[in-house]
Amino acid sequence: MMTRKAGKRSVADLKLGEKAVIQSFSDQWMSLKLLEMGCLPGTEVSLHCKAPLGDPICLNVSGYCLSMRKSEAATILVE
Amino acid sequence: MTVVDLPGVYSIYPKSLDEQVVTDILANPQHPDYPDVAIVVVDASNLNRNLLLFTQIQDLGVPVILALNMLDIARQQQVEINAVRLAMQLGVPVVKINARVGEGLDLLKQAIERQIAHPVTASKLFFDPELAMHASGQDMKGLMADVRQHYQLTNNYIALQYLIQHDGFSFLETPQRVKLDDLIEKYQFKELDFQAKETIGRYQHIGDIVKNVVTDSRPLDQSTWSQRIDRFLLHPVWGYAIFATVLLLIFQAIFAWAQPFVDGIDAGVAWLNGTLHESLPEGPLTDLLTDGIIAGVGGVVVFIPQIAFLFLLVSLLEESGYMSRVMVLMDRVMRQFGLNGRSVVPLISGVACAVPALMATRSIGSWRERLITILVTPLMSCSARLPIYTILIALVVPEKTVLGFLNLQGIVMMGLYLLGLSAALLGAYIFKIIIKARERSLFVMELPTYKWPRWNHVGITVWDSVTSFVWQAGRVIVAISIVLWVLASYGPGDALEQAENRARRESANRSAEEIENRVASEKLEASYAGRFGKVLEPAIKPLGYDWKIGIALISSFAAREVFVGTIATIYSIGSVDEENSTTIKQRLATEINPETGGPMYTPAVAFSLLIFYVFAMMCMSTIATVYRETKGWKWPMIQLAYMSVLAYVSAFLVYQLMK
Repeated sequence: MMTRKAGKRSVADLKLGEKAVIQSFSDQWMSLKLLEMGCLPGTEVSLHCKAPLGDPICLNVSGYCLSMRKSEAATILVE
Repeated sequence: MTVVDLPGVYSIYPKSLDEQVVTDILANPQHPDYPDVAIVVVDASNLNRNLLLFTQIQDLGVPVILALNMLDIARQQQVEINAVRLAMQLGVPVVKINARVGEGLDLLKQAIERQIAHPVTASKLFFDPELAMHASGQDMKGLMADVRQHYQLTNNYIALQYLIQHDGFSFLETPQRVKLDDLIEKYQFKELDFQAKETIGRYQHIGDIVKNVVTDSRPLDQSTWSQRIDRFLLHPVWGYAIFATVLLLIFQAIFAWAQPFVDGIDAGVAWLNGTLHESLPEGPLTDLLTDGIIAGVGGVVVFIPQIAFLFLLVSLLEESGYMSRVMVLMDRVMRQFGLNGRSVVPLISGVACAVPALMATRSIGSWRERLITILVTPLMSCSARLPIYTILIALVVPEKTVLGFLNLQGIVMMGLYLLGLSAALLGAYIFKIIIKARERSLFVMELPTYKWPRWNHVGITVWDSVTSFVWQAGRVIVAISIVLWVLASYGPGDALEQAENRARRESANRSAEEIENRVASEKLEASYAGRFGKVLEPAIKPLGYDWKIGIALISSFAAREVFVGTIATIYSIGSVDEENSTTIKQRLATEINPETGGPMYTPAVAFSLLIFYVFAMMCMSTIATVYRETKGWKWPMIQLAYMSVLAYVSAFLVYQLMK
């Protein structure tokens, strides 16, 4: 897996309702959990809602809703 | 036939302690719980992700049956699954069921019988580490062969699990683990890389199969009604307002709505006691039955309505899917206190009982967050404290309505729960500074769609909780009531007779009733129980308690719910007013403080007791559970110490300030 490059957009940067395609992960340990939950490179995700303080966030990915912390979402890089 | 229900997981690689057990059993055919058949129940509306776990279990070599559940929801989302084609592609039996209404269970039973009689397993591994890596030019042959040979394995996928997961396998001895580390070193095997490749490889293969068996005609970007509800329930303002309202409703239900049932049972117990006293011959056995056992047990039975309401509402929250939203709502806040959004479930369940709540902490992956949750959960007011709260609040807080619809007693009750919650959060904050992190914190979690509660499930949960509370608490209470009655009715030598004679001499010119009361209380004071209480009195005097409360404190050390039963027993013995049997509350209200001549249970004493019980760790089962969950005496002892100091100091302050 590649390390995070400056300027790369991640799922944490998405706006409400915005869609993006997963490209890679910046954190290997985290990526194992995310892969198992269906966040595969090439999969489309969209930001479905945010918790009141903007964190955690809820994603729509491969047909279901996944919630994660913003810091966790920041390890999912998008195209 | 034995059915073992394993915890729900997303993959064979555990993220937390409760998930560990799945691999521990399924990767070890020698395990006593190793199944003849594994039934993997999957949510058909999300087949891709659920087949990941299924194919992993299948590859472990266990005979499997795939049960497709929630097809109705899949159909609502315009997803159709061809089960026959799926069975052919996977090479295993596939059964369609609807667990919610019990559909397809006959077919499932038939499939189980067939699978036990003639096990059908897939002819080859779904994901073979050797073949998969061969494609990418990496040779796993030597490594796999070495592992298989050393551990007498026939299955490549189990061999892979040995390599990746051996640290978590309880069935491996240390030398066996070291050997695996050596092999990993020798072959330069990179576990994490490989695990990622496996997941991606499986999903690719699954994707091909799903394309063939599923017709998904749902329009893209369609927001389901579940998501529309989320926008409302997770709204920046409404989200918290709704959560607060839900909590308020729970407390109103516990206190106000359950009250008519409580009063009914209370009156019933008093009636039973009075009737028995009249109809049975007078003597120590009758006294033991009425003043000892029935008074003690009655003190617990009376709280069944409140406990039932509590478990009912908590299980409704879990069943509906709202509990997961609460975790999302609270994660950010919880993190400030060294906790995790998942800590909300133990904390809320702690309101019912700390023991299942502590077990629920196993879903928290990080050791530090889990330990902090364990340490502070017993500060949440559990249902065993409810009897104490109810009786003392009813005694000193007037029953009136404020703000039009809120019951003042209910508000005080809620205040006590909030006090426990605040102490839990504050405690967590302090532990966060003291305890260092061992591994990373993880929150990633699926939000299930909202569902109507399965009422039979809710009913079973409530029934189980109430009966186990009554049986467990009841047994202890009967035993303690009997011991207490004996200790309170007998004293060393002729101490009781001397006390009676002295009382009669000193109050010779009073009315008959006053004399009898004086005699009874002097006798109690001279009894064994009275002597114990007297020894303790200097230590608890600063909190406003007398020796009678001291007896109750000692007897409720093992289980706090015994307090009310003990109080009932003590005051029954101390009172001669047996013809018109009164309720515990009335007995307490008429108790006189011999020093002041006023009522014993002043607001200062009652609140001091309330605060004491909010904080004190008076529950053997909780201590035992913390010992089991933290695998040692260190943390339960630290917990007992900090909670006891907190309880004593707070009760002291409350009494001194209010007196």
